Amino acid sequence: MTSAPAKHAHYFADFQSLVQGPWTDAPAWLQDLRDNGWSKFSETGFPTARRGNERWKYTNVGPIAKIDFSLAGQPIAANGSKALVPDYKGPGTAAFDLVYVDGYYSVELSSPSTGSDGVTVASLASATADSNASIESQLGRLAPPDNDGFAALNTAFLQDGAYVHVTDGHSEKVTVRISYITSHDAESKVTYPRTLIIAGRNTDITVVESYTGPTDVVYFTNAVAEISVGEGAKIDHYRLLLEGNKAFHVGTSRVNQEKDSSFSSASFTLGTSLARNDMEVLLDAPGAYCSLNGLYLTADNQHIDNLISIDHAKPHCTSRLNYKGILDGRSRAVFGGEVMVRRDAQKSDAEQTDKNLVLSKQSEVDSKPSLLIYADDVKCSHGATAGHIDADTLFYLRSRGLDLDAASRMLVHAFASEIIDTVKLEPLREYLDTLFTAAIPDKSLPVGNLK
Amino acid sequence: MTTASNNSKPLLTIKGLTAMAGELEILKGIDLEVFAGEVHAIMGPNGSGKSTLANVLAGRPDYTVTGGTVLFEGQDILKLEPEIRARLGLFLAFQYPLELPGVRAWQFLKAGVDAKRVHNGEEEMSAREFDQMLKAKVAEVQIDPDLVKRAVNEGFSGGEKKRNEILQMAVLEPKLALLDETDSGLDIDALRIVSDGVNLLRSPENAVILVTHYQRILNYITPNFVHVLYDGRIVQSGGPELAHELEEKGYDWIKDAVDAAV
Repeated sequence: MTSAPAKHAHYFADFQSLVQGPWTDAPAWLQDLRDNGWSKFSETGFPTARRGNERWKYTNVGPIAKIDFSLAGQPIAANGSKALVPDYKGPGTAAFDLVYVDGYYSVELSSPSTGSDGVTVASLASATADSNASIESQLGRLAPPDNDGFAALNTAFLQDGAYVHVTDGHSEKVTVRISYITSHDAESKVTYPRTLIIAGRNTDITVVESYTGPTDVVYFTNAVAEISVGEGAKIDHYRLLLEGNKAFHVGTSRVNQEKDSSFSSASFTLGTSLARNDMEVLLDAPGAYCSLNGLYLTADNQHIDNLISIDHAKPHCTSRLNYKGILDGRSRAVFGGEVMVRRDAQKSDAEQTDKNLVLSKQSEVDSKPSLLIYADDVKCSHGATAGHIDADTLFYLRSRGLDLDAASRMLVHAFASEIIDTVKLEPLREYLDTLFTAAIPDKSLPVGNLK
Repeated sequence: MTTASNNSKPLLTIKGLTAMAGELEILKGIDLEVFAGEVHAIMGPNGSGKSTLANVLAGRPDYTVTGGTVLFEGQDILKLEPEIRARLGLFLAFQYPLELPGVRAWQFLKAGVDAKRVHNGEEEMSAREFDQMLKAKVAEVQIDPDLVKRAVNEGFSGGEKKRNEILQMAVLEPKLALLDETDSGLDIDALRIVSDGVNLLRSPENAVILVTHYQRILNYITPNFVHVLYDGRIVQSGGPELAHELEEKGYDWIKDAVDAAV
């Protein structure tokens, strides 16, 4: 084991006390993985926005690094946090609920599946304790701790999270809600949710992965999700980042797609003081399709960073990347879209856009879509825009009787609805629509294109 | 000249209206009276100020009114926000209707109707009542019902957009409709449908100001009065026959007459 650098002493102390305490009887492979995570974290530490570090150019995680976040303890009663679970009606009987409070699986709030019919939906803590071979081979495979301080730290503290495994050929659609809640007792605490999703051949899974927490509590969520989409499988993935206004969130999602698989995601960000959404999708076999949509609404002093990468590693794959941002107050949004088309990936079809609606003079967006193309027979496009509400359009609405506020709210809502409408679960779509509608600022300025 | 209605008070009275776009003076003194039940055609060559007039009346912020008065039902409206004018019963059919991706026609129209009702101290319309009303209006102006289910004007053809303006007019039931070159860019079928819509909505209680470059639409909508706008002023007024004269002779004779008089 590596010694702790002085500046991460409190993380090391937490790590040590787990190793010497509850983790004494952990399976060797799991403890090796954690040790490797710690080793990598102590080497790399937290990333810095230094020159040449393109991945962190616009986002300074200093505010996270300088607080001594300690590991959240197991809550005494989880029921008190139930109100923080996203409040929409579940998608029906074929659905499973996994609920976590402060990083720990809540038996009271969850309805798991035992896996007898090819579906396993369980807490990672119990699944790893059962020494399950598929977990051993998959955990840390798509999101290794190398070169990424946050993923490394999550790996070092890996102990609970969600495990979803649908075995090959299970054709019935499976819907899983994974809700990570941080409680009111989590001031200066950190949680390390880990999500592992394995969609076997020709399976069909819908996953709603949500992160919520209380307002006015400073806490940190360092989440990692690994999602494996098997041949011919289909995953609809929703990521709801609805943390409290003082929260920090770094999410690392790694997706691997097999032949003819489909991965559709919609990521929603509202709230959170400083957030980073880092998603990478590897199109690893011909015929894979991914559609990644995102919506972020920022206000006050929020800083929201989305870094979305798509790797066309094999020919005949299609990717669609469409993110939208609404910025108000003194907030800042960062969008990095990286689409890579490798030399052998002929007939790749990739489109990416990031559009931003800027409602205040003090807010700022840094949008950087990029395409790296090494194949010659491809169809690729990218674009980014940042604009204000259009004055002519506003007048059109006002000339029909809508006042300035109602008109601008309608236009901001319309802007957001393109992404909200991609949500296929109706109750979730309505829930998000209500949530985002309520978050639209009352005064929507400035107005562009004034003649 | 006779008015088409017996109302003694004009619906709209414009006196000495002057307006600028940026540093440029566009309207140089417009006088016009419109009574309920009338259709006035405002014609003129490009750049004469006829679209500006329609937009200034509707309250478009791009223009600065520098003088004159506009009374609508006796009330000076020049200081009123465009939405207040709309709620009072003014409607501008746009020359280039805007596309509103993500705004459902239903939601858009209901917001307009409700804004007007609330302004008049009435309650908002129930969704059901509005549904029925909209359905009736769609049938009345013969618009494709599918257009109402889509986002407002998004991906519509030019003709569909203009028809949609007529539907909006039918739903909002204005007292004064300003049609800003609604005929431009329409093929003959669309022109007929749009004109039918306008004729259908004509009543002794409301009035229409029809701004157009061409006489063509006046074959379908017979105006009570035709005014020729040139260089920011109404230089000639007459009945429908004036439009035919313009069709035959073009605008040059008017320009020459005005320019010679200066």
